[in-house]
Amino acid sequence: MRKMLAAVSRVLSGVAQKPASRVLVASRNFANDATFEIKKCDLHRLEEGPPVTTVLTREDGLKYYRMMQTVRRMELKADQLYKQKIIRGFCHLCDGQEACCVGLEAGINPTDHLITAYRAHGFTFTRGLPVRAILAELTGRRGGCAKGKGGSMHMYAKNFYGGNGIVGAQVPLGAGIALACKYNEKDEICLTLYGDGAANQGQIFEAYNMAALWKLPCIFICENNRYGMGTSVERAAASTDYYKRGDFIPGLRVDGMDILCVREATRFAAAYCRSGKGPILMELQTYRYHGHSMSDPGVSYRTREEIQEVRSKSDPIMLLKDRMVNSNLASVEELKEIDVEVRKEIEDAAQFATADPEPPLEELGYHIYCSDPPFEVRGANQWIKFKSIS
Amino acid sequence: MAVVAGLTRRPLEQVSGLLRRRFHRTAPAALQVTVREAINQGMDEELERDEKVFLLGEEVAQYDGAYKVSRGLWKKYGDKRIIDTPISEMGFAGIAVGAAMAGLRPICEFMTFNFSMQAIDQVINSAAKTYYMSGGSQPVPIVFRGPNGASAGVAAQHSQCFAAWYGHCPGLKVVSPWSSEDAKGLIKSAIRDNNPVVVLENELMYGVPFELPPEAQSKDFLIPIGKAKIERQGTNVTIVSHSRPVSHCLEAATVLSKEGIECEVINMRTIRPMDIETIEASVMKTNHLVTVEGGWPQFGVGAEICARIMEGPAFNFLDAPVVRVTGADVPMPYAKVLEDNSVPQVKDIIFAIKKTLNI
Repeated sequence: MRKMLAAVSRVLSGVAQKPASRVLVASRNFANDATFEIKKCDLHRLEEGPPVTTVLTREDGLKYYRMMQTVRRMELKADQLYKQKIIRGFCHLCDGQEACCVGLEAGINPTDHLITAYRAHGFTFTRGLPVRAILAELTGRRGGCAKGKGGSMHMYAKNFYGGNGIVGAQVPLGAGIALACKYNEKDEICLTLYGDGAANQGQIFEAYNMAALWKLPCIFICENNRYGMGTSVERAAASTDYYKRGDFIPGLRVDGMDILCVREATRFAAAYCRSGKGPILMELQTYRYHGHSMSDPGVSYRTREEIQEVRSKSDPIMLLKDRMVNSNLASVEELKEIDVEVRKEIEDAAQFATADPEPPLEELGYHIYCSDPPFEVRGANQWIKFKSIS
Repeated sequence: MAVVAGLTRRPLEQVSGLLRRRFHRTAPAALQVTVREAINQGMDEELERDEKVFLLGEEVAQYDGAYKVSRGLWKKYGDKRIIDTPISEMGFAGIAVGAAMAGLRPICEFMTFNFSMQAIDQVINSAAKTYYMSGGSQPVPIVFRGPNGASAGVAAQHSQCFAAWYGHCPGLKVVSPWSSEDAKGLIKSAIRDNNPVVVLENELMYGVPFELPPEAQSKDFLIPIGKAKIERQGTNVTIVSHSRPVSHCLEAATVLSKEGIECEVINMRTIRPMDIETIEASVMKTNHLVTVEGGWPQFGVGAEICARIMEGPAFNFLDAPVVRVTGADVPMPYAKVLEDNSVPQVKDIIFAIKKTLNI
């Protein structure tokens, strides 16, 4: 019986993949949902924290799995393209941190706002941009989400404000977006992310102060992956309790490798903000497998053993997969199929990103100003002029 | 000219009080308005017109503004639209830029532009470059405004001119009003502009009254950004300036006129995008050019004008090299005699004009 079903699925999967797996698995009884225990968050100035159990539906589980796997494979593809010199300049990868971008998105609405720093490809995807637009921006082609003008660190989408290259500058920006949320009275919030390295920037404390003073609906989120470039948290911060660094702002420390923990904490924090109580701080304890950027092998300041240990014990995709399989929310085969689909999607996107032409030289001067009539922009000498269109 | 007119008008009004009872005269169509009042009016009108516009900065609300430029606005519009900030330039400038990215139209006041240096990363990297970096998908409709340049006795850290620094950067618009008409029309245009605009005001000009012509009294009066104004027509030499030094140029022109030298005085109004065409057309008429600015000479506004004149059609019409009159190349000293000689005075402008005319 099983062999026949497998054969049927192989035939059908050539034509339409999703229906095939549904046909295959329809014969198995999966649970609709399952309840999981999640780690209790450390709290700062909070009486209560997020719940310690959560319900995961099969549908959500499959969605999160697919999203995390997409981010993972997209980042690995970017690594490959960078080594082939098809991607140039800066490339900061977030593989290992998938539970953060997918978990945060799971806890908010698409109408909420999000801003982060330069390790932004995962967020660009979870905020709604297709992989091909992201990869094509990395390869600097006209099909890139910023038309090839921005590159890795400057990708924008609806309610996603990048992608910011200057460490820490995005935090006051995020508080400003939260100010706009409050001003517009639409119950929207802003997630403002920064790393453990950025957490020592003065402007972040200025933003904390104003956000708390004016009760801005801002969730400050420190993605603590233990290293600011090559400097470990112990060597950079007098206090590594990043969730407490907001002082008068309540905070929680979250297991950033567990997507369900991230989701619950985000829901909790979002509800806090939406209730008008002001800002709240979340520290997500997470880990990046790659070095700081593609120029950093990532092993001069940490051991290979440490990296391997995190991979084998705390990989976010593995954690979700194990939970789902063990609770009969999905089968190993089904998840493998998703892997295959994702690989194909990434491969297609990479194909596009490699084949799409570079932006036309005529557009070098475009988008200097918004809403202005066309004017001329000077090139390398006084005789070279580029037209500038808004 | 307008400043001089303002000074002579008052005695006349005292006399004409008697006359008014006997002759039916309509009230003069022009109005005396100080630069401070003009900026206040401009902001007030734009706050009223568009509820997305708001003002933030140190002391702008309850104190009525450190220089009283925002007087009355908090009382009229309240806490939501007029926001007092803590002393956190980098933080509140970033907040303002973020709010603009999210669709509001903030006016971010720096108490003086000297303090904008603490926030300059937000102005340049977060505001100016974003529309370009995003491939045209993320506009930043923000105004940064405040007093710029030398004041009186405030010494080195409070006297720097930032026209050249901000004028250097693509993606920014930079304006420098001189008169009340300039101030009102430019602040309104800046607020309505969908781009980041730096408005370089001048503290010493805030209290100076100017005649505001009838068209400038309309709520839709706008001065286009990127267009210079010829304040005084002339034939012998072109003087180009911006902000308070325009007053000195006009004074110099009045003095020289008695000697038969007619200066054409151009008020730049905008630093970036620079209206080089107006300057070129004037130089092609007068054959001589003197630039006057309060900022330091190296890499300054005058230096840029020189470079552009050389690159354009006006070069062949020059009878002498372009001459620059600038602030002295020193940090601003405190003692009055030293400070007076660190900024361009009327005599320095006259001397430069005569030098270039070889008189």
